[in-house]
Amino acid sequence: MNLFRAIRSVNSLLKMNNIFVYIESEQGVVADVSLELLTKGRELADKLGVKLEAVLLGENLSGMEKELAQYGADTVWVADDKIFAPFRTLPHTSVLCGLIKAEQPQIVLFGATPIGRDFAPRVSSALHSGLTADCTQLEIGPHKDPKSGKEYSDLLYQIRPAFGGNIIATIVNPDHRPQMATVREGVMRKQVAAQTAAGEIKPIEWKQYITEEDLAVEIISRQIEERKINIKGAGIIVAGGYGMGSKENFRLCHELAEVLGGEVGASRAAVDAGFTEHERQVGQTGVTVRPKLYIACGISGQIQHTAGMDESAMIISINKDANAPINKIADYAITGDVSEVIPMMIKYYKQNSK
Amino acid sequence: MKKALKIVVLAKQVPDTRNVGKDAMTAEGTVNRAALPAIFNPEDLNALELALRLKDECEGSTVHILTMGPFRAADIIRDAMYRGADGGYLLTDRKFAGSDTLATSYALSCALRQIGADVIVAGRQAIDGDTAQVGPQVAEKLGLPQVTYAEEVLQIEESALIIRRRLEHGVEVVKTPLPAVITVNNSAAAIRPQNARLVMKYKYAMIPSEIAAAPESLSAKMCGERDYLRIVEMSVADIECDEAQLGLTGSPTKVKKIENVVFQAKEAKRLSSEDSDINDLMVELISSHTLG
Repeated sequence: MNLFRAIRSVNSLLKMNNIFVYIESEQGVVADVSLELLTKGRELADKLGVKLEAVLLGENLSGMEKELAQYGADTVWVADDKIFAPFRTLPHTSVLCGLIKAEQPQIVLFGATPIGRDFAPRVSSALHSGLTADCTQLEIGPHKDPKSGKEYSDLLYQIRPAFGGNIIATIVNPDHRPQMATVREGVMRKQVAAQTAAGEIKPIEWKQYITEEDLAVEIISRQIEERKINIKGAGIIVAGGYGMGSKENFRLCHELAEVLGGEVGASRAAVDAGFTEHERQVGQTGVTVRPKLYIACGISGQIQHTAGMDESAMIISINKDANAPINKIADYAITGDVSEVIPMMIKYYKQNSK
Repeated sequence: MKKALKIVVLAKQVPDTRNVGKDAMTAEGTVNRAALPAIFNPEDLNALELALRLKDECEGSTVHILTMGPFRAADIIRDAMYRGADGGYLLTDRKFAGSDTLATSYALSCALRQIGADVIVAGRQAIDGDTAQVGPQVAEKLGLPQVTYAEEVLQIEESALIIRRRLEHGVEVVKTPLPAVITVNNSAAAIRPQNARLVMKYKYAMIPSEIAAAPESLSAKMCGERDYLRIVEMSVADIECDEAQLGLTGSPTKVKKIENVVFQAKEAKRLSSEDSDINDLMVELISSHTLG
C-alpha cells in the first residue's frame, strides 16, 4: 500500500503536471470565484511553465469555454449531462477523481463555496492528498523538510488565517499530489488574461467513472433566491459588530447605510449573535470587500474580520474601547458609544450635504 | 412504527476563538491560545440536536458521541449525555497528535467502522479551523453518501431520510439512503438545554483514564457499579487501522510556517464623540467626495 503510494508520488513528480481549476456555473453563467481562480491559476501556471486547465461539469455548457479562455484556460475539460446539474456530491466527486488520476495535475483549485467545500474534501479523501481550506494567498516556493532535510522546489504555498484568524499559517503538501486548495469568492482578483488562451475543449469520458451508487442521493426540490444582498459591490459599507449590543440597535447600521447610500456588513460575532443575516458577514468566513469607505461600528477588529476588509480605501471605526485592535488599521478612530455616534453622523451628514 | 436508528454524532472540543478577551492577548499583541476556554464546538451542538430529534422520532434509537482529543474532551461527551445522548466514545492516543483533517478523518472512520452507525451526524465545521472537511472526508472513507449544510430532517423513511439543506442563496430538499453522513449548519435548530434529571444520572460518568487517575473518587466507585456511566475510551490499539495514516505522518499537509498576527499600529486620526468632531469628519468626507 505505502510502496504503491510512494511509486505513484514519484511518478507524478516526474510528469509534466498542469494546474486544474474546477469551474462552477449556474444556468450558463460562470461563478466569479472560478474566474478569480483562473486569474490566479494563470499566474501560477506561467511561473511553473505548465498549462492551466479548466474543468467544467454541468449541463448545456456549450460556448462557455470562450469566457474561460479569456481568463487564461489553455484547456477546458467538459462533462455535459443532466446528471451533473444541479450539483450533487457523488457524480462530481467521481468524475473529478477519475480525471485527476488520468491527467495527474500538480495543483487543483476550488472555490470555497458551498459546492467546493462540499466535495473538495471528498476528492482529497479519495485521492489521499491534502486540501487547505479558505486560502487567502497562493504562492510558489521551495521547501525544506525540517526533520528529514529533504528539499522540494516549486511547491504551492497555501496561506490562510487559522485559529479564528489569530495566526497566519503557510501550508504545503510536499509528498502528495495534487496539491489542493479552496479560495473564497472575492479574495483573489479577477482579470482577463493579457493574451486569450486556446481554451481547447476536451470532452471527459465520464461514463467510465460513474457508478449506480453515485446517483443514490436524489434532489427533490430546490429553491434559489435571487441575491438580495450584494455587499461585495458596495462603495460604502457600514458594518456592525457585537458591540452594537442587540438586533434592535443593529438597525442603526441600516439607517446610516441608507442615508449614505451604502450597504450593511457585519462581523462574525454579530451574525453569530443573530443581529443580522449571514450574507452580510465580512471576513475570512464571509465576504471579502474593498469599498471606498468602510465604517466599522462596535467591531473589535479580530483578524478573522479585518482579513475581509483591510483593503478598504478608507476605514472609520467607532468603538467604546480606544484600544480596540480595529483602530490600528483605521484612518479615523472615533471613541464613543455607537448608539450616540451613529445618529450624530446621520444628522451632520444631512446638515452638510445640502 | 419507525425503525430504531443507531446514531453517532462526531463532535469536537475546541478553544473558544470567537471572543478573544484581553486576558488571552499577550503583551506582543498575539493570542495566548492556552488561555482560551475549551468549549463544545457550536455547530456540533446543532448536530447533536438533529440527532436527538431523530431519536425522539424513532423509538429505540440511540445517540452516541464520537470525539477525538485529550482526556479532558470527555467533558463534551458528558455535556451531550446531560442533554439526551446515551453515551460516547473518546478516541485518544498520542499517535493522533499532529493530525490534519485527512488523518483525523481516517482515524474517525476506523473507529466508526468498529462502532457501526445508521446515521452519522457532524457539525458543518469547527471554529478552530473552519475547514468543513472532516464530515465529507469521513463519508468518502466509509463509502457513504453525504448531505452537507443540513437544517432539518423532514421525513424519515424505511431506509432513507429526506432532509432540507441550506445553500448559499436558497434551500434544497434531498433524499439520501442510509447509512449516510449528515453535516449540520448553524441555521438548524439550537441545542436543547441540559436536563436536570440527566445531569443527576450522568454526572459521575467517566472514561477509564479518569477513573485510573482517581481510583478512590466517588465517580470511580459509581462507574464500577453502573455500566451506563462508563464512557468508552479507544486508543490506536482498539481500532483496526494502518498507523502510517495517523497523526503527523499520516497528514499530507504540513505546516511550513506559523505567524502570529500582530496588530501593526498605523496612525489613526483620533476623534471623540463630541458633536464638533463628528461634524468636522462629515464635512471632510463630503468635501473629499468619499461621501455624496
